[in-house]
Amino acid sequence: MEAFSPLPALVGGALIGLASAVLWLGNGRIAGVSGIFGQLLPPASTVVWRLVFLIALVGGALAAAYLLPGLGVGGPGGRPAALATPPAWFTGGAPLWIVASGLLTGFGTKIGNGCTSGHGVCGIARLSKRSFVAVGIFFAVAILTVTLTGIV
Amino acid sequence: MSKSTSLPYLLTAAVSGALFGAGLYVSQMVDPLKVLRFLDFTAIPTGGWDPSLAFVIGPAIVVMFIAVRIGNRQKAPAFDMRFHEPQFTRIDAPLVLGAVLFGIGWGMSGICPGPAISLIAFWPSNLLIYLLALFVGSYAGAFVLPSGRTKRLAVAQ
Repeated sequence: MEAFSPLPALVGGALIGLASAVLWLGNGRIAGVSGIFGQLLPPASTVVWRLVFLIALVGGALAAAYLLPGLGVGGPGGRPAALATPPAWFTGGAPLWIVASGLLTGFGTKIGNGCTSGHGVCGIARLSKRSFVAVGIFFAVAILTVTLTGIV
Repeated sequence: MSKSTSLPYLLTAAVSGALFGAGLYVSQMVDPLKVLRFLDFTAIPTGGWDPSLAFVIGPAIVVMFIAVRIGNRQKAPAFDMRFHEPQFTRIDAPLVLGAVLFGIGWGMSGICPGPAISLIAFWPSNLLIYLLALFVGSYAGAFVLPSGRTKRLAVAQ
């Protein structure tokens, strides 16, 4: 059982907030990863900065892992990264479970216009009514999903 | 629009992305299992619940809230003509249905889009098929939105 980790959580959270602040005050853009990712496709008009952001996102995670090894998953001294295995009752295999999760997340964040970063961080900070509704729903449904599937 | 390929604009995107990725690693939110242990409220009575995620999103919102207040006093961001505020304010069916479907997908794996992309750095098995599914789902979603809306979103975002 992994322990509750308040200090890395607070520092990491502040970094995520700073990332969102930089993009907002610099470029006037919402740091919502599903939006940045989803708008790479036509009829998107601004592809270059989105690719730059996403490549830097991967690079930032990798750099932090090498600077602070052993802090968590992925670093050279840490545990290897792994996706969750499906609950025991599901007999369709891990790939099918993961594909279903990805499809629902991609589709849902597109029509709902945001995910944990765009609605959860930026939208709440902007006091957007839509974001408060979206965040309330997706947290509640995710908690219910974990409870009903028994995946943990 | 033309400003979005200028060097300061792209550097800002790079700095923001790198800070975001570092934040996801430091907070350990790149770990889908840790996220699932937050979402598992059934562990609260037994003392096995991990409240870390709440301690991540809290300070992130506070820092961004301050940035929004600073931005409100300015006419424009540093490297663009205007702030790209989302245009929609109505609570509508796509918002609610989208949040429900995302909630199911998130609860099934503990992965949301930010950590999904960040995990490319550590390349766990099955990540590739997750990312392909995410991309396909997102693309499919663009087709069910009311006509004109996708295009306006593209401009707004």
